[in-house]
Amino acid sequence: MKSHNAPYTSTTNACKLCKPLGACLAFRGIEGAVPFLHGSQGCATYMRRYIISHFREPMDIASSSLGEKQAVYGGGPNLKQGLKNVQTKYGARLIGVATTCLTETIGDDVPGLVKEFRREMAESNGHGDLPALVTVSTPSFSGTHMEGFHAAVKAVVEQMAEGGPPTGTVNLLPGFVSPADLRYLQEVMEDFGLPVIILPDISETLDGPAQTDYEKIPAGGTPMKDIQAMGRSRATIEFGRTLFSQETAGRFLENHFGVSWRPLGMPIGLRETDRFFQVLEELSGRPAASGHARERGRLLDAMVDGHKYVFGKKAVVYGEEDLVVGLAAFLAEIGVRPVLCASGGHSGNFAEAIAAVTAGLLPEPPLVREGMDFYDIAEEAQSLAPDLLIGHSKGYHLARKWKTPLIRVGFPIHDRFGGQRILHLGYRGAQSLLDKIVNALLEKKQQDSPVGYGYL
Amino acid sequence: MATVNAEELGAPVIDINAEEVKKELLSKYPTKVARKRAKQIVVNEVAPDGAVPEIAVNVRTIPGIISQRGCTYAGCKGVVLGPTRDIVNITHGPIGCGFYSWLTRRNQTKPPGPEAHNFMTYCFSTDMQDEQIIFGGEKKLRQAIQEAYDLFHPKAIGLFATCPVGLIGDDVHAVAREMKEKLGDCNVFAFSCEGYKGVSQSAGHHIANNGIFTHVVGLDDTVKEGEFKINMLGEYNIGGDAFEIERLFDDIGVTLISTFSGNSSYEYFANSHTADLNLIMCHRSINYVAEMMETKFGIPWIKVNFIGAGATAKSLRKIAGYFENKELSALVEEVIAREMPAVEKVREEVKANCEGKRAMLFVGGSRAHHYQELFQEIGMETIAAGYEFAHRDDYEGRRVLPSIKVDADSRNIEELHVEPDPERYRPRLAPEGIERLAKAGIELSGYEGMMAEMASGSLIIDDISQFETEKLIEIYRPDIICAGIKEKYAIQKSGVPMKQLHSYDSGGPYAGFKGAINFYREIDRMVNSKVWKYLKAPWQEHPELAAKYVWE
Repeated sequence: MKSHNAPYTSTTNACKLCKPLGACLAFRGIEGAVPFLHGSQGCATYMRRYIISHFREPMDIASSSLGEKQAVYGGGPNLKQGLKNVQTKYGARLIGVATTCLTETIGDDVPGLVKEFRREMAESNGHGDLPALVTVSTPSFSGTHMEGFHAAVKAVVEQMAEGGPPTGTVNLLPGFVSPADLRYLQEVMEDFGLPVIILPDISETLDGPAQTDYEKIPAGGTPMKDIQAMGRSRATIEFGRTLFSQETAGRFLENHFGVSWRPLGMPIGLRETDRFFQVLEELSGRPAASGHARERGRLLDAMVDGHKYVFGKKAVVYGEEDLVVGLAAFLAEIGVRPVLCASGGHSGNFAEAIAAVTAGLLPEPPLVREGMDFYDIAEEAQSLAPDLLIGHSKGYHLARKWKTPLIRVGFPIHDRFGGQRILHLGYRGAQSLLDKIVNALLEKKQQDSPVGYGYL
Repeated sequence: MATVNAEELGAPVIDINAEEVKKELLSKYPTKVARKRAKQIVVNEVAPDGAVPEIAVNVRTIPGIISQRGCTYAGCKGVVLGPTRDIVNITHGPIGCGFYSWLTRRNQTKPPGPEAHNFMTYCFSTDMQDEQIIFGGEKKLRQAIQEAYDLFHPKAIGLFATCPVGLIGDDVHAVAREMKEKLGDCNVFAFSCEGYKGVSQSAGHHIANNGIFTHVVGLDDTVKEGEFKINMLGEYNIGGDAFEIERLFDDIGVTLISTFSGNSSYEYFANSHTADLNLIMCHRSINYVAEMMETKFGIPWIKVNFIGAGATAKSLRKIAGYFENKELSALVEEVIAREMPAVEKVREEVKANCEGKRAMLFVGGSRAHHYQELFQEIGMETIAAGYEFAHRDDYEGRRVLPSIKVDADSRNIEELHVEPDPERYRPRLAPEGIERLAKAGIELSGYEGMMAEMASGSLIIDDISQFETEKLIEIYRPDIICAGIKEKYAIQKSGVPMKQLHSYDSGGPYAGFKGAINFYREIDRMVNSKVWKYLKAPWQEHPELAAKYVWE
């Protein structure tokens, strides 16, 4: 089985992270939650250090710390002891348990163990109210951090959402976007007068204020009672074109509770944002607030003004599939040709999604490659002579080698400051991306010029 | 010009009863957990002969208690082999482990030329999928080795097993042997460093060092020129530390054969048995290699510390003392005299700002000890310290080695049985030489550990948890805490500055004389930062200033 387009057997300089990391990020966006990895303690340590280096915020992940003995006899006792300690020491109101390669390989039945734990705790009766326990299977030998992220969101919804009288609220499943993106989405929903449940919401939990007293579990995140109410909402907006054909949390809510599912692409760039706003106008029965209309107008104005600098430039875009889809849509709009769209993920829907969002705007469709690493990207892109790289920090070595500007977006960003505050979404995000791209090209032009022109 | 003398800096004053603090730390734990932690939290007491209380360390972390520790793979591939530039290190496993150990420790290296191999910016992985978990991953591993060889023609390829590999029964060592034979001019070796082995990354250091010792050390018998040939063990060149130390070695005229493993090359390892002295920097991660090299090749070792200007001077003198050479000693004094004025100038300036402030260090297997000296030099006291992954000898000194009980987890880590090499064993010192050195105060194969050098009444905590860190902050309000990136932001959210001593917060070097200057300035910047004063807005601090509407 060859599930991707990469020419090599091994992966050199990966363009993806592992599945449980995505699950931990998703769990971190729930109020009072502590992510918990059932496996060797190194997984928790590695993922914490990686997430922290992007967000520059505390990120606790508990672990069942399995050793050789448990790898042989099973990790049940460690899992239960760990859950108890997280409950008592951290006051967690929800523990999100994700599996790892180790426990998936030995075949620990985590849902079964958690059920047993619940029963034992009820019998012993001495530990007060149990936190909510959500389990998700995230073996890293199948899928990337994005599959882990979506699997955790789905597990939360499946295991917690309830039906009942409809509420008129809108569910929003944004996928893995930045805290700045989430704050923007909240503002947009508020401006449309739409009560919203955003799941997960890392806007505060992974971008919190300075304090004098540390909170073990940071404030913010999607409240649990909101998650329970998601089965009663009137609609679910779910971002991610590569998810359209999959069994997602949004589809589950529609199938089980009749909540209308409105799958959309990530609202990056003009037209994908227009589609998002169109759905919001429809759901709210009112037009976009004038502030947003003006932002759209300024974006168009800037697209006209910046066209002379960006037109015909070639870009290599890489990263998570749905982020790349949105970026490709946006680049095509501003006149940049995305010559290679690459991802370490391999949903099988990547090429189709790119074709859909760039249709009618590009002279020829871009190369779209799934299951790529940076070695493959380098080989593929060398002959394409790109003017720009757009993606996360791991592309830096290519940018350096080719002396090509790198526009940093997405995750992980550990060679620049403020990765958690990059705005990608909406008219405002597009404006900010456009400014960055134009300025990167101008800077490059200035740097390469033998004459120091100061008026460009 | 006098060097910095720790004793002149005054005895530390600790005004909080550490026994009470210990009680408080344990009070929130369930009985069983408290009983275990009680042995890992010790109030220091140094006897006149240097003996200190026993501490329980190198034991498993309690599930659900968020720890600083990493895994065996991290210690092996990330720490020890991570700084090797010309070995292609292939992670055999799913993608995460390789990705997370991809140059994250900020090791630096200087290849000899633009064409020389440097694979440190690469991350090679077999990226195992379900198929390999079910049917085995050896075939994919063989292909990965072949690909790496065809693309890069490296001198050596290292293979690292992650958790699933041991469980599905892939024989990485058999694959290594087979591919080594097949490729002919490439040394291929494997490490069984599955993450679930051992209690911390320390097990991984051991597996890595055993592997390098078995497969690489001794392959090249060329004797290099140089009168004083040394190896530097347990220096990983974070933030350029090794460059600063190498500068000093060059200046005093000693020849560095190999560093394990900062700024290292495969060829240096292969040739390292030709050195005449091993210097141990990080005792925890590598003391056993020094022992094995002594047994097999006859190379003695001494403990050094290049963290701190005083410690650096002392270590340079120790090296000169070992070689018993007047010219070398004179050169060492010359270098110290040349370097110290700049150090003293900054030290005085910084000390005026930092005197009396208090630090806590919870990091590593040596760093929590070594950095205390730097703090002392600027008048700061260390009120609590502990290691992440050290063993009893790192805390209590090598005197306790015979009494350390080997538990099941340590038994799982292979101990190599080494004998003198029939041809190449050459004791560098005659018995009378050893005696002479002892008389001159040069201690061979000795390390007193961290506790003997800390004040009585200070708190020693092994494998500290997030929860205990928070409690300590609450009780002591230290002026700075040193740990790793995982702890950094939680500590800073409590309003306490936190210095990373794994990756140096992108700073460094902190070793040697120039490093000491960098560190003094860095700590001054951090503990005297004004930012914490502004945590409350004026209207929160003085509510009466809040504006009122006239009709209120």
